[in-house]
Amino acid sequence: MLEIDNLYASVADKPILKGLSLTIRPGEIHAIMGPNGAGKSTLGYTLGGRPGYGVTGGSVVFDGQDLLAMEPHERAAAGLFLGFQYPVEIPGVSMVQFLRESLNAQRKARGQEPLSGGAFLKLAREKAALLKLDPEMLKRPVNVGFSGGEKKRAEMVQMGILDPKLAILDETDSGLDIDALRICGEGINAIMRRPDKAVLLITHYQRLLDYVKPDVVHVLAGGRIVRSGGPELAHKLEAHGYEGVAA
Amino acid sequence: MTALPTRADEAWRYADLAALAPVWPVATETISIDAGETAARTLVIDGAAVHDIVVSVGDGAAFAMHVLNAARGYGRVALRVTLGRGSRFHLGAAQIAGGEQTVEIVTEVVHTAPDATSRQIVRQVLGGRATGNYLGRVMVDRGAVGTDGEQSIRAILLDRGATANARPELEIFADDVKCAHGCAIGELDQDGLFYLASRGLPPAAAKAMMVQAFLAEAFVGAADGERLTAAALAALEHLL
Repeated sequence: MLEIDNLYASVADKPILKGLSLTIRPGEIHAIMGPNGAGKSTLGYTLGGRPGYGVTGGSVVFDGQDLLAMEPHERAAAGLFLGFQYPVEIPGVSMVQFLRESLNAQRKARGQEPLSGGAFLKLAREKAALLKLDPEMLKRPVNVGFSGGEKKRAEMVQMGILDPKLAILDETDSGLDIDALRICGEGINAIMRRPDKAVLLITHYQRLLDYVKPDVVHVLAGGRIVRSGGPELAHKLEAHGYEGVAA
Repeated sequence: MTALPTRADEAWRYADLAALAPVWPVATETISIDAGETAARTLVIDGAAVHDIVVSVGDGAAFAMHVLNAARGYGRVALRVTLGRGSRFHLGAAQIAGGEQTVEIVTEVVHTAPDATSRQIVRQVLGGRATGNYLGRVMVDRGAVGTDGEQSIRAILLDRGATANARPELEIFADDVKCAHGCAIGELDQDGLFYLASRGLPPAAAKAMMVQAFLAEAFVGAADGERLTAAALAALEHLL
């Protein structure tokens, strides 16, 4: 599904990722943990194709395609979803309009017919219910006036509607209270835990992993994976800290 | 009045005088709203055009004007508005230009009597080497207490060569008035564009969505807002 090989990336000419390698197979859920400044968010943005995140070496193959050669919208149409740590507010554009146009742009790129307004609304309401988000919120401008928890739940609703093959979720657990954490975790499982899908969870804490059980846990430090293991590695990190485990 | 204006004239400082010369002098259109009446006007410029409009809003009357200035060539709307007691004036204007064009809105709103309200909302989207101007003067005469005036002027520059001139002015000769103005000139929010792209929207569609939302503020309250939005989108196709 995703093969990252010896990836180097810089932000404003500052090297952040320094030889990161990672392979995710269909059906797997991977978690990347690591201290502040390790390059976790840079990894997410680099895979998403954010301008300003320059790849200086290595390769990324997503579903058989050269991911790094694709524009951000092409990556989305190919089945990549990036969940934002800080979802962006876009005044004046309703969630419904934004998501319907996004989904139909993806479908068009894949040679599929656009979804009708009625069919889209049914899908959107279904996914909002899954994340226990008031469907009325989908009529509001994108993320404007949403609480931190609502923004993250709305990200998961977007993921449910767009139905990606691979979700890279950047600190989806930050800013969530205990109930919202559980709802988001269950949402991720319901949407993404399939034999043909995969998830890369970027997180600081063990708590999200209580709900979304990872198959593999990686420790990212200094721009590369310094250790990989099973779910028990996350517990060790929680108990001993990054310094104790990654050193 | 018949002599061609020069740049020394403040109201023409940023105008495209070469484009003005062949159509000069410009006839003045007069609009009068009787006391207590309500009227609205929508003006869409999609060719080259120079409008000079004088509006008199009677006591307790209301006048709303919506403008889409998406001229191909020089497009100018000059408005002189005189407000009676307790009257209301609303201007919602969008200007869209690319290439080497100049588009401009020049207003003079005079509060002559107490308790009148004026609202001016101008949104500009400029690409290429285009110039978009807003020169707006709000005058509050002696005795026009309780005046409530507001100017909200914003521009998005799509390209480095585009220019926006925004000059709100207040001349206040009365006490107990409320006059606010705000100006902002910037580029499309790059974080927003990436967010939209990350969901699958191609760059042109992402820009169109953000620009449309930005311009929509100018069309709030317009009876034919959908027609204005459609015309604005058509004009934007050449720019994005």
